Amino acid sequence: MTQAHFIVQRGQAEGEQTMVDYTVDVGAGMVVLDAIHQIQATQAPDLAVRWNCKAAKCGSCSAEVNGKPALMCKTRLDDLDLTKPVEVRPMKTFPQLKDLVTDVGWNYEINKLIKPFKPTNENTDEWVVMQEDIERAREFRKCIECFMCQNACHVLRNHDKKDLTHREALFAGPRFMIRLAGLEMHPMDGEDRMRFVKDEANVGYCNITKCCTEVCPEEIKITDNAIIPLKERVIDRFYDPIAMLLGTLTGRK
Amino acid sequence: MIAHPSTVPVAPRPCGPFKTHRQDAWWGENVFSLVTFALFTVYTIWAVLQNTHYEWGPYLSPFYSPHLTAMFPETFNWVKFSPAFLVIWMPLGFRATCYFCRRVYHRAVFNDPASCAVELPKPINYTGEKAFPFVLLNMHRYFLYLALVLVVFHWSHVWQATQFEDGFHVGLGTLVITLDALFLTLYVFSCHSLRHLIGGRLNHFSKSGCSQAKHTLWSVVSKLNEHHGKYFWISLFAVWAADAYVRLVAMGCLSDFRLF
Repeated sequence: MTQAHFIVQRGQAEGEQTMVDYTVDVGAGMVVLDAIHQIQATQAPDLAVRWNCKAAKCGSCSAEVNGKPALMCKTRLDDLDLTKPVEVRPMKTFPQLKDLVTDVGWNYEINKLIKPFKPTNENTDEWVVMQEDIERAREFRKCIECFMCQNACHVLRNHDKKDLTHREALFAGPRFMIRLAGLEMHPMDGEDRMRFVKDEANVGYCNITKCCTEVCPEEIKITDNAIIPLKERVIDRFYDPIAMLLGTLTGRK
Repeated sequence: MIAHPSTVPVAPRPCGPFKTHRQDAWWGENVFSLVTFALFTVYTIWAVLQNTHYEWGPYLSPFYSPHLTAMFPETFNWVKFSPAFLVIWMPLGFRATCYFCRRVYHRAVFNDPASCAVELPKPINYTGEKAFPFVLLNMHRYFLYLALVLVVFHWSHVWQATQFEDGFHVGLGTLVITLDALFLTLYVFSCHSLRHLIGGRLNHFSKSGCSQAKHTLWSVVSKLNEHHGKYFWISLFAVWAADAYVRLVAMGCLSDFRLF
């Protein structure tokens, strides 16, 4: 059995951080999370790591492997160069609690700001929803809330637009652009969130660099299918004089 | 096994002017984009300033299309400079405001971010596309309308490129001009704004007029849209090749190869 070096960031919130070198026995089919579990079982029982399903469906084991945001359970060791140490760090965008575990609670605060689904017709027996009306939003339902897109988004990661008390300088992030797009495109939804999308979720902060799409483990086309359509709807309502005039004349929002 | 603190830094490591822990060649894509943009910009400026060798026989360089001074000589008799300046702002404006192009230049030129999980050397006052100048990118759909007109002209030049003095023929130039028109069409018809305007703005396809047609059109544009980036680059190289071919033939450096 071959061996590989894993260098893992260890430390607690606001405490000293160190990079600790562990040697791991590598077997066929192993993923990074297997190696972390082996370290936990044999060398560092106090190593903190969040995980649940090990099947890339719970979104718990988000981290940064060799500097790239990734689910540890979906990163195969045979895709990595094991002649060099593999570096594993917690997500940078969110505050670290301990070792590889971060506090992603900010995301749930953003979620609370979004007005929920409001049916245009309360009597669901009368709903007629055709396949073509709902297929777009189905893609967004694949989101497993790993918050990797939030971690990779440079607006949150590098520019730290996370201040909930200054909504004009807040960016909701790609995960919530997905939720907003799914609600706005829903044929039976009667709520109007476009002012929120423009002025509080601040879709304008996105400059389409597509890191969210690159790191999404569910391969949701976040930028092309959610963020850009929302930007275009914002343009219809607030920037395009012809669309605004047509909207006023036809009574369409 | 005794664990020991390694020498790897906790904070991102310097990588040129940037900071990152990434170990892959994330900068390769940016180098390609920067070199291509720089060469294309220099070539385009040179080509539009030339004001000569932009047509030969039935061929017209796409940089000078539509050839307004030839189509409306009375109206444009005041034009003493290169006629390319009358039209070149339209395709350049379409490209500069294009959603795919934004990704390319925000990464390669403005380095914001240079790549995923790569940090700028110093923090900046970031306003994204909420404030001037990038808020102007919201004009993209207006450049789309102009680009749709340009597509018609580019196909008319394909037909024109078969009309030689001795009748209908196809030369190598005809093929190059056809490829330019084809990839410009694919690039324009895969545009995100077109995808929105043609049906993406609807929530209820089945309740709108001509619902099936709208949904079909939206589906076709959505399929093309998946390859928008590829069409961006291919059409850029195609327009470059078409101008270079016409120019080389007009300068006498190349003889046009007649296929039939």
